[in-house]
Amino acid sequence: MSDKQSLASIEPSANTGRRMLLLAGTGVVGVVGAGFVAWPFLASWNPSARARVVGAPVEVFIGAMEPGQLLKVVWRGQTIGILRRTPQMLEALDELKDELRDPQSTTPTQQPEYAANLHRSIRPEYLVVNLHCTHLGCVPEFIPEVGAQPFELNWKGGFYCPCHKSKFDLAGRVYTGVPAPTNLIIPPYRFTDDERVLIGMEPEGVV
Amino acid sequence: MAKPASSLSRSAGALGNWIDQRIPVSSFWKAHISEYYAPKNFNFFYFFGSLALLMLVNQIVTGIFLTMHYKPDAEMAFSSVEYIMRDVEWGWLIRYMHSTGASFFFVVVYLHMFRALMYGSYKSPRELVWILGVLIYLVLMAEAFMGYVLPWGQMSYWGAQVIISLFGAIPVVGDALVEWIRGDFFVSDATLNRFFALHVIALPLALLGLVVLHLAALHEVGSNNPDGIEVKKNKDAQGRPLDGIPFHPYYTVKDIFGVGVFLTLFAFVIFYAPEFGGLFLEPDNFNPADPLVTPEHIVPVWYFTPYYAILRAVPDKLAGVILMGLAIMVLFIVPWLDRSRVKSIRYKGWGSRILLAVFTVTFIRLGMLGMSEGTYIQTLESRFWTFAYFAFFILLPFITKYEKTRPEPERVTK
Repeated sequence: MSDKQSLASIEPSANTGRRMLLLAGTGVVGVVGAGFVAWPFLASWNPSARARVVGAPVEVFIGAMEPGQLLKVVWRGQTIGILRRTPQMLEALDELKDELRDPQSTTPTQQPEYAANLHRSIRPEYLVVNLHCTHLGCVPEFIPEVGAQPFELNWKGGFYCPCHKSKFDLAGRVYTGVPAPTNLIIPPYRFTDDERVLIGMEPEGVV
Repeated sequence: MAKPASSLSRSAGALGNWIDQRIPVSSFWKAHISEYYAPKNFNFFYFFGSLALLMLVNQIVTGIFLTMHYKPDAEMAFSSVEYIMRDVEWGWLIRYMHSTGASFFFVVVYLHMFRALMYGSYKSPRELVWILGVLIYLVLMAEAFMGYVLPWGQMSYWGAQVIISLFGAIPVVGDALVEWIRGDFFVSDATLNRFFALHVIALPLALLGLVVLHLAALHEVGSNNPDGIEVKKNKDAQGRPLDGIPFHPYYTVKDIFGVGVFLTLFAFVIFYAPEFGGLFLEPDNFNPADPLVTPEHIVPVWYFTPYYAILRAVPDKLAGVILMGLAIMVLFIVPWLDRSRVKSIRYKGWGSRILLAVFTVTFIRLGMLGMSEGTYIQTLESRFWTFAYFAFFILLPFITKYEKTRPEPERVTK
C-alpha cells in the first residue's frame, strides 16, 4: 500500500494532482536545501587556510651539493628529495627502458610538462622528486650503489621501498612487477638562481 | 524505621504502575527479556552475541575515561597516552582495558560471525539481522582503525598514511578525496583531530544505532539455533514455542557464566600480556610519529591482516584496493549465495562442511600472511589463499544447491 493510495482513499475528492505537485516541490526544495546545509560541513574537512599557508613553497640551497648526493627537505609534510646525479647515473637512465613501466614519463599526473623528459627534471643533473612511494606513501630508501642487492641482482641504482618492495630508478621511474602503479611524483619547482631551487612554485612563464 | 515489607512492596508496585502508565518499561522487559523465547538448544557459540555487547560497553566506558586525559593534538597525543600509562592513577589499567578490549572485541565478533556461517543464521528470514551485523562489522573496523591512530605512534601514523592512500587509487577523484580526508597535504594534526571526533562521537553513535537495529531485527524473527529449524513452528496452547525458553532467567544465567569465564581470560591478558607479544599493540607504536621516517615493516593490527594480505597479493594498486573492498562487501550477499534447503551445518552435506573448514583455514592463513614481511614466497602464497577466499563465495551457491542434505528434525535436538 502506497501513501498515494491512502491519501486518495481518505479524501477521494481532493485534488491529488495539486497534492503531488506540492509533495514533489517540497521534496526537491528539501533535498537542495539539505545539500546547501551539508556543504559547509563537508568543506570544513578541506585543508584550512592555515594548512595552505604552511604549505607555501620552500627554497633550498643546492650550491654545496656533491655529485651523487641526495638532499631531503620537507614541503607540505612530504619528503622531497633533491639528487645531484653523476654523469654515470644519467647515462644509466637510458639502459633501463625494458624494465620500467613508464620509461617515457607519459602519465601527465606524475610530473609537470617541463619534467616529462628522459631525466625527469628541468636541469638533467638535478632530480627534484617527491619521495613518497606511489603505492601507499612510504619513503623508499636511496640505494645508489650499482650491483647485486638482496632484492635485485642487476641493480642500476635507485630507490627501493621497504614497505612493499617497489623499485624506482634514479629518475624516480617505477619498475615493472612492483605494486607501485606510477613513477614517483615530480613536484612543481623552479630554479631561482644557479644555487637555489624553490619547491612548490612553477617555473616562470608556466601557468 | 523502615515500613513493613508488605506496604513497601505495595508502594513499589504503585510506583511501578505509575511509571508503566507513562512509559512502557514492564512490557518492554517482558517482550525482550522475561518473555522473549529463545530456542533451548543454544550451545557454546551462542555466548558471543552477549559478549560482543559486553565489549561494546567496556569500550564505551573505558573510552569515556580515556578522553578525560587524552589530548587529540599532534604535539601532545603521544605524550598524553604515556601520561595516562604512567601518571594517571590506574590509567594503565583503563588504557589496557581499552586497547586489549579492542582485540577481544574482534575475537568475539569473528566467532559470532563464524557461528552464523556454521548454522546458517543469515538465511531467510534473518537476512537483515546478518546485513545489519556486517554493517556493524564495517563500522567497527573504521572505529578500530581510527582508534589505533590516536596514540600517534609510528604505526598509528604510517598505518593512517597507508590506509588513507588506498582512497587515492580511485580514478579521477582519488587525490582530491585523500586530501579531503586528511585535511592537509599530509597526515597531520588535522587528520588526528577529526579521527578523534569520529572515534569518540560519530562512529560510536552509529554503532549503537546499528546494534539496536540488529537486536530489533533479531527479536522480530527470533533466534536461529544449532539445528537451524524454526522454533516458532511448534507452539503450545498459550502460543509459546515448545522448544523455547524465556531469555530471562535461563539465558541471562547462561550468559553470566560465559561473561565470568570470558572476563577471567580478559583480565589474564590485561595483566600479563596486554600487548600480546606485539599483536595487540605493535612495538613500533611505542615510538612517536615521525612523518620523515617510515618504519621498515608496516602492518596493521591482527584483525585487519586477512584483508591486508589480499591487498598486498595484487601487484596493481587499484585492483588490490578493489579486491580488498570486494572481500568485505561480498559478505553482504551471503544470504543469497547459500541456496541450501537447510540452514545448519548439521544437516548440510560434506561439501558445505569442507567448504566452511577450508574457508576458516583460508581466513586464518591470510591473517598470518598479512602480518608477515611479504617476501616473494609469502606473496605467492597470499595469492593462492586470496583465490581460495573468493572461491568460497563462488562455490557456495553451487555446492549448497546440488549437495545432498539430511532431513531436518521436527524438534530441536540436544
